[in-house]
Amino acid sequence: MATYDEILRELPQIINKVAGTPIGEITPDKALVNDLQIDSLSMVEIVLVAEDTFNVKIPDEDLKDLVTISEVAGYIEREQA
Amino acid sequence: MRREVVVTGLGAVTPLGGDVASTWEGLLNGRSGITVLDDPRFEDFPVRLAAPAAVDPAELMPRAEARRVDRTQQFALVAAREAWRDSGLAQLAGTERAVPGERLGVSVGSCLSGASSLFETWDMLREKGPRYVSPFTAGRILPDASASWIGLDIGAKAVVETPEAACATGNDALRRGAELVRSGKADVVVAGGTDAMVHPFVISAFISMRALSRRNDEPELAARPFTRTREGFVIGEGAAVMVLESAEHAAARGARMYARLAGVGYSSDSHDFAQPDPTGAGQAAAIREAMADAGLEPGQIAHVNAHAASTPQGDLTESIAIRSVLGAHTDDVVVTAPKSSMGHLMAGAGAAESMAAVLALYHRVVPPTLNQDDYDEEIALDVAQKPRHLPEEGELAALSNSFGLGGRNVVLAFRTA
Repeated sequence: MATYDEILRELPQIINKVAGTPIGEITPDKALVNDLQIDSLSMVEIVLVAEDTFNVKIPDEDLKDLVTISEVAGYIEREQA
Repeated sequence: MRREVVVTGLGAVTPLGGDVASTWEGLLNGRSGITVLDDPRFEDFPVRLAAPAAVDPAELMPRAEARRVDRTQQFALVAAREAWRDSGLAQLAGTERAVPGERLGVSVGSCLSGASSLFETWDMLREKGPRYVSPFTAGRILPDASASWIGLDIGAKAVVETPEAACATGNDALRRGAELVRSGKADVVVAGGTDAMVHPFVISAFISMRALSRRNDEPELAARPFTRTREGFVIGEGAAVMVLESAEHAAARGARMYARLAGVGYSSDSHDFAQPDPTGAGQAAAIREAMADAGLEPGQIAHVNAHAASTPQGDLTESIAIRSVLGAHTDDVVVTAPKSSMGHLMAGAGAAESMAAVLALYHRVVPPTLNQDDYDEEIALDVAQKPRHLPEEGELAALSNSFGLGGRNVVLAFRTA
């Protein structure tokens, strides 16, 4: 089980690997689509890798409400509990 | 008055080099990009010859982007970016002089998009299940994936197209690009061909067709167009891309013009899937049409960049077709066959060879054809065996031939700018 801080540290690594976004730009307050310009297919892959890494499920209907990195991290923290 | 089309940018990744300069240098110096594959997947193959790209395109782009697309699109993107920078249009992006997306198009094709990705995805599906199939799979294997990724990269909104004409696809994409500029659909079209077909699946298919040279012990001698001992082609990989622009648009921004893409000609043999019509009638029709479209008479043609894949029937037919159109003027035309050094880049072939024809006009020198030591007397062409200089003064014209499986013939006529 990863802590919220651990998730916040790991997510930028995943996003960087999939989408190439520089890790320094991926701060908790950033919106994945509007700030980081993550395209639709990269988003799918990021979610897939995050699900495997943290052993959680992030259904599409929940994903559409997760805008920022901190919201995604918070969701993962709750779901793995 | 019809809009004229000029070539203002060039980009390439080929078996001779990772860019246009190294490819052109390799052609002029008669280097061979053909080698024996040490990949264990080809171990039991009767043909282990190929012309792999001189560089790994994945090294020339951001890592995340490289893993998103197939090698087919990696070649296309690297070549397109070089052409885009070379044209000077990349440098205008974000300024008020940038080409609006609505005036910008793409015409790029491939014979087979994403062969490697197709099989890797299939293996992944069987080993780990559907969940592990990449969401980018369609963007790797769709025939128009390369055109789409380039369109996204440069912001093309007027048109993104993917012409397809087997081994003549590169020329067909340039043909379509020129037509899009002429029609006014776009002012600038990024056009060319790409393929990454050095794959066991592809090579085994062409082995079965008896289409490939089997000279595994002497790879650099394997591609020998126009010789008595030619026995088949060598599969290569790579891409070449041109920036085609209306002459008016190019002149207004003071762009360098390599040449004019002055005429296009195309036809279909309707004879046999794998063999050309031996009379050369279909190929001749395309040559004649390209010349008429460019307003050229036989006596004005200085150079022909031949399709000449080094196949027994293909090379002979092409020589018959050339002579049937150019007549006695054939003897005054310098012919070259770049597949002798680069192999057959499939959709990249027409584009890279037309690029060579453009550079031959621009630099006024024709690169040599390799391995011309047992010339087939049945083929009556003046084939360059060393770099051959063209007249220093005056207007020059060149033809670039591309002929593909299914009897697809596409010929482009270039004139000095």
